[in-house]
Amino acid sequence: MTDDMSVTLDINGREHALEIDPATPLIYVLRNDLGLKGAKLGCGLEQCGACLVLVDGVKEYSCNTPAGAFEGRQIVTIEGIGTPDDLDPVQLAFISERAAQCGYCTTGMIVAAKALLASNPDPDTSEIREALADNLCRCGSHTAIIKAVRRAAEALRA
Amino acid sequence: MTLSPSFNDNPGLDQWLQFHADGEVTVYTGKVEMGQKLATAFAVIAAEELDVDIGRITICTAETDATPDEGYTAGSNSMEHSGTAIRQASAFARQILLEAASARLDEPVDNLTVSNGLISGRSNEKRVSYGDLMEGKRFEQDVSEDVVTKDPNNYRLIGKPVAAKGLEALVCGLPYFIQDMELPDMVHARVVRPPNHQARLTHVDEAVVSAMTGVVAVVRDGSFLAVAAEREEQAVAAAARLRALAKWDEGARLDTSVDIFEQLKSNDRHSLPVVEGIPQDGPVPEARPPASASKTLSATYLRPYHMHASIGPSAACARSDDDGLDVWTHAQGVYPLRRALAGALDLAEEFIHVTHVPGSGCYGHNGADDVTLDAVLVARAIKGRPVLLKWVRDDEHAWEPYGSAMRIEMQASLDEQGQVIHWCHDTFSDTHTARPGDQGEHSRLLAAWHRASPKTPPPKQPNMVHHMGIHRNSEPLYDFGETRTVKHLVADLPLRVSTMRALGAYANIFALESFIDELAAAEGSDALDFRLAHLTDPRARDVLEAAAAAANWRGGSTKSGVGRGLAFARYKNQKCYAAVVMDVAVDDAGNISLKKATIAADAGQIVDRQGLRNQLEGGLIQSASWTLKEQVAWDSGGITSRDWESYPIIKFIDVPEIETILIDRPDQPFLGAGEATQGPTAAAIGNAVFNAVSIRLRQIPFTPDNVRKAAMSG
Repeated sequence: MTDDMSVTLDINGREHALEIDPATPLIYVLRNDLGLKGAKLGCGLEQCGACLVLVDGVKEYSCNTPAGAFEGRQIVTIEGIGTPDDLDPVQLAFISERAAQCGYCTTGMIVAAKALLASNPDPDTSEIREALADNLCRCGSHTAIIKAVRRAAEALRA
Repeated sequence: MTLSPSFNDNPGLDQWLQFHADGEVTVYTGKVEMGQKLATAFAVIAAEELDVDIGRITICTAETDATPDEGYTAGSNSMEHSGTAIRQASAFARQILLEAASARLDEPVDNLTVSNGLISGRSNEKRVSYGDLMEGKRFEQDVSEDVVTKDPNNYRLIGKPVAAKGLEALVCGLPYFIQDMELPDMVHARVVRPPNHQARLTHVDEAVVSAMTGVVAVVRDGSFLAVAAEREEQAVAAAARLRALAKWDEGARLDTSVDIFEQLKSNDRHSLPVVEGIPQDGPVPEARPPASASKTLSATYLRPYHMHASIGPSAACARSDDDGLDVWTHAQGVYPLRRALAGALDLAEEFIHVTHVPGSGCYGHNGADDVTLDAVLVARAIKGRPVLLKWVRDDEHAWEPYGSAMRIEMQASLDEQGQVIHWCHDTFSDTHTARPGDQGEHSRLLAAWHRASPKTPPPKQPNMVHHMGIHRNSEPLYDFGETRTVKHLVADLPLRVSTMRALGAYANIFALESFIDELAAAEGSDALDFRLAHLTDPRARDVLEAAAAAANWRGGSTKSGVGRGLAFARYKNQKCYAAVVMDVAVDDAGNISLKKATIAADAGQIVDRQGLRNQLEGGLIQSASWTLKEQVAWDSGGITSRDWESYPIIKFIDVPEIETILIDRPDQPFLGAGEATQGPTAAAIGNAVFNAVSIRLRQIPFTPDNVRKAAMSG
């Protein structure tokens, strides 16, 4: 195997040496090589936000950027944010507010909310709307999601 | 009591319930979970009637040969049909089990109590569980009309807060969706569609793509073209190469010389009068105002093609071998899809097993059925290996069947007292019901039209069912004297269409409830008072008054550019009642901002308040998106709405604050609510804009362009 067929990625605090084409968009590596199904393929065009992950604490699209571009950076996926046994306050707030219908956009919403709360621990409603403006939801769960982010912010500040 | 219609084809108690020795209970439904959280509501209903903890109830959703055949999950029927069936089956099972426990415990039935599936009497310490009584046996009997369901006064779960099933998996990103499926030895596939519906494949160098890394098969059948590969990104790359190599005969160009709304009026059509919600064969009466009319108004309302636009492109999994065909789908009906696949492939239904797996929300007939045939065609070329075929954004936007464009002509006459005495509602549209399920030479599955031996879509027939398709909610619930309602099924329209949430009701209610506002304005009446003066149904009046009270209807701003509108409907005139008050602001450029929405709804007995709220509020937001932003665009070469930039939908920054008032009717049947706010929302926005800036919007979407056009036309 030559160098140009391997990628080393730091995902959810663990290093993964992968023998794949570095040009492979990150989302396929996450979903198919690592079994992390939380990032969703929605458009492949960086238009909907279903595929968001945190990269060095900032939200980034995973659908269209080669995995090789993420070498040396810390990737956190929804699976690294929380698990059923150890739910993150944002995930808990989404459950409490019933902030999902079909749920396909949900993990992207939670990633965007985590990125917002990391930089702004007490966002008002309009700041939440702005921060989630590029995340699309077709079921119309928006108002419940806004409530969930506010609830999570309160929980994180407590 | 009257039994659920779902028992007509599935009468056996064992078709609905299975009691396991460990105390777990499996409830079977023919309906599918697609985000409406019906599995949660069904679990509450079964747990309530059986007195079993909700955590011990598993809901098994649609799978052929395993669950009842309840057709499609559509029409806001799931709670009324399947929910009622599960309630009655659970109550009936409980009666039988209590009889058995009475003998076992030597206690009269009236002395027995049930706690989490454990039955105890009063006179002794003996106890017996449902699981012990069943001992793996089956009931072997049909649910009977003698069933007695629980008195609502004794409820401990219904209407109380409940944790939604599946939410934990969703917020943690655990595998949940069909797109997340993984089976041993599975391959990934993509389809390469023609540039448009008319185009046919003339040449493609398959060998070039077959030689690409990881490619397992290139499948070509007429103009159907797909590729499967070991890895997903390999399938993506191979599909791109295949697309670049494919040569198409583009066929006839679409004629775009006549505006779609003009075509709706001028094309050939089949016109039928609608009486009490049912189309009639017979002459269409003339729209002649009565002699006693003091005033007659008319107006025309327009709705463009809309798309379901699911966030996750459709996907399906299939595995084919000599023994059968296994299919995993997010389509809304597993039995109808099995019939459609059997018909498209000329196979026996028994050869095909179809299991529902949740997909992204679909809101009607989207690409879910089509992608399943795509996956099957690839699977048949790679015997034995499961194929996960995913559409991409472009496939979904360009190929799904859209919600039909509509033209609605209204006319009403009032008497001197300002009462409506004559009402005419003409709806011109393509069909709204083209789900698959045909046999023989016809198929409504997309790939069947492209194969070397193609099948064709069947001829369109007017749907004659009560409040279906074009004529859904075209009949007013108001007392308008003489009403004349006509459906016009228009021929030769340009785009592929089928069912989309609320079908014709969305635009029929938009027209009806906007026109009422026009009449009220012409009379100088308040929009709420004018409605109440024509409405006797007490539940209809209650939701209107509740929404008006919560929104402080009479305290609206009189500032220019700020306004509020009201609208109401009872979905299909027989399901959930919903009233919407919308507060808006309109700027000089014609941009409409939704400030606050107030919903009041009566869905009969409430099982899961938050689930109901999500359906109503989600419906409102989706309808606001259709109404403000959406229209499918095309040119002579085909669809040009191919992504989220060319087909924008509502965003967080556009969504109003929402307050929802739920009127619970514990003694009344469930009323389906999943489509209840679609129509009223559109009209409430239009009415609010008129209130704000005196511009009457009769053409959806309410883009700044259309607002300016309406302002110019006066």
